[in-house]
Amino acid sequence: MKADATVDCVGLYCPMPIAQTALEMKQLKQGQVLEVLSDDEGIKEDMPAWCKATGNELLSMEEKNGQYKAYIRKK
Amino acid sequence: MSEEPKKSLTLIVFSGDLDKALAAFNLAIGAASMGMNVRMFFTFWGLNVIKKNQGGIQSKGLMRRMLNRMNRGGSSRLPLSRFHMLGIGPWMIKRLMKDIKFPQLEELIALAKQMDVKFSACTTSMGLMGISKDAFIPGVDAYCGVAAYLSEATESQVNLFI
Repeated sequence: MKADATVDCVGLYCPMPIAQTALEMKQLKQGQVLEVLSDDEGIKEDMPAWCKATGNELLSMEEKNGQYKAYIRKK
Repeated sequence: MSEEPKKSLTLIVFSGDLDKALAAFNLAIGAASMGMNVRMFFTFWGLNVIKKNQGGIQSKGLMRRMLNRMNRGGSSRLPLSRFHMLGIGPWMIKRLMKDIKFPQLEELIALAKQMDVKFSACTTSMGLMGISKDAFIPGVDAYCGVAAYLSEATESQVNLFI
Protein backbone atom coordinates (compact mmCIF):
# COMPACT_ATOMS: atom_id res chain seq x y z
CA MET A 1 0.00 0.00 0.00
CA LYS A 2 1.20 3.48 -0.84
CA ALA A 3 1.57 5.86 2.07
CA ASP A 4 2.17 9.61 2.21
CA ALA A 5 4.23 9.33 5.39
CA THR A 6 5.68 6.67 7.67
CA VAL A 7 6.31 6.55 11.40
CA ASP A 8 8.76 3.89 12.49
CA CYS A 9 7.87 2.76 16.01
CA VAL A 10 9.86 -0.48 15.91
CA GLY A 11 11.30 -1.09 19.36
CA LEU A 12 8.88 1.30 21.06
CA TYR A 13 6.20 0.39 23.55
CA CYS A 14 2.86 1.88 24.52
CA PRO A 15 2.05 4.78 24.55
CA MET A 16 4.76 5.82 22.08
CA PRO A 17 3.32 4.25 18.88
CA ILE A 18 -0.05 5.98 19.28
CA ALA A 19 1.60 9.18 20.55
CA GLN A 20 3.84 9.34 17.48
CA THR A 21 0.92 8.43 15.24
CA ALA A 22 -1.12 11.29 16.72
CA LEU A 23 1.75 13.78 16.28
CA GLU A 24 2.47 12.71 12.69
CA MET A 25 -1.21 12.69 11.77
CA LYS A 26 -1.38 16.41 12.57
CA GLN A 27 1.14 17.04 9.77
CA LEU A 28 -0.98 15.23 7.16
CA LYS A 29 -3.82 16.57 5.05
CA GLN A 30 -7.28 15.05 4.92
CA GLY A 31 -7.33 11.88 2.80
CA GLN A 32 -3.60 11.21 3.10
CA VAL A 33 -2.40 7.83 4.32
CA LEU A 34 -0.01 7.20 7.21
CA GLU A 35 1.99 3.99 7.55
CA VAL A 36 2.87 2.94 11.11
CA LEU A 37 5.54 0.30 11.70
CA SER A 38 5.64 -1.44 15.06
CA ASP A 39 6.75 -4.64 16.74
CA ASP A 40 4.69 -4.11 19.89
CA GLU A 41 1.85 -6.62 19.90
CA GLY A 42 -0.28 -4.10 21.80
CA ILE A 43 -0.71 -2.18 18.55
CA LYS A 44 -3.12 -4.87 17.31
CA GLU A 45 -5.74 -3.62 19.79
CA ASP A 46 -4.48 -0.07 20.26
CA MET A 47 -4.50 1.13 16.66
CA PRO A 48 -8.14 0.19 15.94
CA ALA A 49 -9.09 1.81 19.28
CA TRP A 50 -7.11 4.96 18.43
CA CYS A 51 -8.77 5.18 15.00
CA LYS A 52 -12.22 4.69 16.51
CA ALA A 53 -11.60 7.42 19.10
CA THR A 54 -10.12 9.93 16.66
CA GLY A 55 -12.43 9.19 13.73
CA ASN A 56 -9.62 8.23 11.35
CA GLU A 57 -9.94 5.21 9.07
CA LEU A 58 -7.86 2.08 9.62
CA LEU A 59 -7.35 0.80 6.07
CA SER A 60 -5.38 -2.30 6.96
CA MET A 61 -3.20 -3.96 9.55
CA GLU A 62 -0.65 -6.53 8.42
CA GLU A 63 1.48 -8.79 10.56
CA LYS A 64 4.60 -10.61 9.42
CA ASN A 65 6.96 -12.32 11.87
CA GLY A 66 5.89 -10.11 14.74
CA GLN A 67 6.24 -6.90 12.70
CA TYR A 68 3.08 -4.88 12.29
CA LYS A 69 2.22 -2.43 9.54
CA ALA A 70 -0.87 -0.28 9.93
CA TYR A 71 -2.29 2.04 7.28
CA ILE A 72 -4.51 4.88 8.39
CA ARG A 73 -6.36 7.41 6.26
CA LYS A 74 -6.81 10.84 7.77
CA LYS A 75 -10.46 11.90 7.92
CA MET B 1 -12.55 14.40 12.74
CA SER B 2 -15.93 14.20 14.43
CA GLU B 3 -17.78 17.32 15.51
CA GLU B 4 -18.88 16.10 18.96
CA PRO B 5 -17.27 17.79 21.98
CA LYS B 6 -13.92 16.45 23.04
CA LYS B 7 -13.85 13.80 25.73
CA SER B 8 -11.62 14.40 28.71
CA LEU B 9 -9.46 12.67 31.29
CA THR B 10 -8.77 14.02 34.76
CA LEU B 11 -6.06 12.47 36.90
CA ILE B 12 -5.25 13.05 40.54
CA VAL B 13 -1.57 12.38 41.06
CA PHE B 14 -1.29 11.93 44.83
CA SER B 15 1.74 9.67 44.80
CA GLY B 16 5.32 10.83 44.43
CA ASP B 17 6.54 7.38 43.42
CA LEU B 18 8.34 6.95 40.12
CA ASP B 19 6.37 3.88 39.03
CA LYS B 20 3.03 5.57 39.69
CA ALA B 21 4.13 8.79 37.99
CA LEU B 22 5.10 6.75 34.92
CA ALA B 23 1.64 5.17 34.89
CA ALA B 24 -0.01 8.58 35.23
CA PHE B 25 1.98 10.11 32.33
CA ASN B 26 1.47 7.00 30.21
CA LEU B 27 -2.30 7.48 30.60
CA ALA B 28 -2.13 11.23 30.06
CA ILE B 29 -0.13 10.91 26.83
CA GLY B 30 -2.33 8.07 25.59
CA ALA B 31 -5.47 10.11 26.20
CA ALA B 32 -3.98 13.23 24.59
CA SER B 33 -3.02 11.09 21.59
CA MET B 34 -6.64 10.02 21.32
CA GLY B 35 -7.70 13.62 21.06
CA MET B 36 -8.90 13.95 24.64
CA ASN B 37 -8.42 16.98 26.87
CA VAL B 38 -6.26 15.99 29.82
CA ARG B 39 -5.73 17.66 33.17
CA MET B 40 -3.47 16.29 35.87
CA PHE B 41 -4.01 17.47 39.45
CA PHE B 42 -0.85 17.10 41.49
CA THR B 43 -1.41 16.97 45.22
CA PHE B 44 0.50 15.97 48.36
CA TRP B 45 3.47 13.72 47.49
CA GLY B 46 2.47 14.05 43.85
CA LEU B 47 3.84 17.61 43.89
CA ASN B 48 7.30 16.00 43.94
CA VAL B 49 6.74 14.88 40.35
CA ILE B 50 6.55 18.47 39.06
CA LYS B 51 9.29 19.97 41.22
CA LYS B 52 12.41 21.24 39.46
CA ASN B 53 15.38 18.91 39.67
CA GLN B 54 17.85 21.76 40.19
CA GLY B 55 18.31 23.99 43.20
CA GLY B 56 16.83 23.80 46.66
CA ILE B 57 13.25 24.25 47.82
CA GLN B 58 13.01 27.55 49.70
CA SER B 59 10.60 27.48 52.62
CA LYS B 60 10.10 29.18 55.95
CA GLY B 61 10.19 27.60 59.39
CA LEU B 62 12.26 24.75 60.77
CA MET B 63 9.76 21.95 60.20
CA ARG B 64 9.03 22.93 56.60
CA ARG B 65 12.72 23.38 55.86
CA MET B 66 13.42 19.91 57.25
CA LEU B 67 10.51 18.43 55.33
CA ASN B 68 11.72 19.95 52.07
CA ARG B 69 15.25 18.74 52.72
CA MET B 70 14.06 15.16 53.35
CA ASN B 71 11.34 15.30 50.72
CA ARG B 72 13.28 17.16 48.01
CA GLY B 73 11.37 15.67 45.08
CA GLY B 74 11.95 16.34 41.39
CA SER B 75 11.29 13.86 38.60
CA SER B 76 14.85 12.48 38.74
CA ARG B 77 14.69 11.73 42.47
CA LEU B 78 11.43 9.83 42.85
CA PRO B 79 11.54 6.53 44.75
CA LEU B 80 9.87 3.29 43.66
CA SER B 81 6.75 2.21 45.55
CA ARG B 82 8.26 -1.29 45.83
CA PHE B 83 11.87 -2.53 45.75
CA HIS B 84 13.30 0.92 46.27
CA MET B 85 16.36 -0.69 47.94
CA LEU B 86 18.05 2.61 48.86
CA GLY B 87 17.87 3.83 45.27
CA ILE B 88 19.03 0.67 43.48
CA GLY B 89 15.44 -0.06 42.43
CA PRO B 90 14.82 3.21 40.54
CA TRP B 91 18.31 3.00 38.99
CA MET B 92 17.49 -0.49 37.68
CA ILE B 93 14.06 0.51 36.38
CA LYS B 94 15.57 3.51 34.54
CA ARG B 95 18.21 1.22 33.01
CA LEU B 96 15.54 -1.26 31.90
CA MET B 97 13.45 1.58 30.45
CA LYS B 98 16.48 2.67 28.41
CA ASP B 99 16.88 -0.94 27.25
CA ILE B 100 13.41 -0.96 25.72
CA LYS B 101 13.77 2.64 24.47
CA PHE B 102 11.01 3.74 26.82
CA PRO B 103 11.18 7.50 27.50
CA GLN B 104 12.40 8.61 30.93
CA LEU B 105 9.92 10.46 33.14
CA GLU B 106 11.41 13.86 32.17
CA GLU B 107 10.81 13.07 28.49
CA LEU B 108 7.24 11.92 29.22
CA ILE B 109 6.55 15.19 31.05
CA ALA B 110 7.90 17.17 28.08
CA LEU B 111 5.84 15.09 25.63
CA ALA B 112 2.71 15.60 27.75
CA LYS B 113 3.24 19.37 27.64
CA GLN B 114 3.87 19.21 23.88
CA MET B 115 0.49 17.48 23.62
CA ASP B 116 -1.14 20.25 25.66
CA VAL B 117 -1.77 18.20 28.82
CA LYS B 118 -2.71 20.66 31.59
CA PHE B 119 -1.08 20.60 35.04
CA SER B 120 -2.71 21.86 38.23
CA ALA B 121 -1.01 22.09 41.61
CA CYS B 122 -2.95 21.81 44.88
CA THR B 123 -2.55 25.02 46.88
CA THR B 124 -3.43 23.34 50.20
CA SER B 125 -0.53 20.90 49.88
CA MET B 126 1.73 23.75 48.77
CA GLY B 127 0.79 25.75 51.87
CA LEU B 128 1.07 22.76 54.19
CA MET B 129 4.51 21.80 52.97
CA GLY B 130 5.76 25.33 52.32
CA ILE B 131 6.30 24.89 48.59
CA SER B 132 6.21 28.03 46.44
CA LYS B 133 5.36 28.29 42.75
CA ASP B 134 9.00 28.75 41.78
CA ALA B 135 9.76 25.23 43.05
CA PHE B 136 7.88 23.82 40.06
CA ILE B 137 8.89 23.18 36.47
CA PRO B 138 7.36 25.52 33.85
CA GLY B 139 4.03 24.33 32.52
CA VAL B 140 1.90 24.36 35.66
CA ASP B 141 -1.26 25.98 34.29
CA ALA B 142 -3.28 26.40 37.46
CA TYR B 143 -2.97 26.55 41.23
CA CYS B 144 -6.23 25.43 42.68
CA GLY B 145 -8.30 23.58 45.23
CA VAL B 146 -10.93 20.89 45.34
CA ALA B 147 -13.73 22.88 43.68
CA ALA B 148 -11.72 23.55 40.52
CA TYR B 149 -10.76 19.89 40.37
CA LEU B 150 -14.33 18.65 40.95
CA SER B 151 -15.82 20.98 38.37
CA GLU B 152 -13.50 19.49 35.73
CA ALA B 153 -13.79 15.93 37.02
CA THR B 154 -17.59 15.95 36.85
CA GLU B 155 -17.36 16.95 33.17
CA SER B 156 -14.79 14.27 32.34
CA GLN B 157 -15.48 10.76 31.13
CA VAL B 158 -12.45 9.20 32.81
CA ASN B 159 -11.17 10.18 36.23
CA LEU B 160 -8.45 8.34 38.13
CA PHE B 161 -6.65 8.67 41.44
CA ILE B 162 -3.03 7.60 41.36
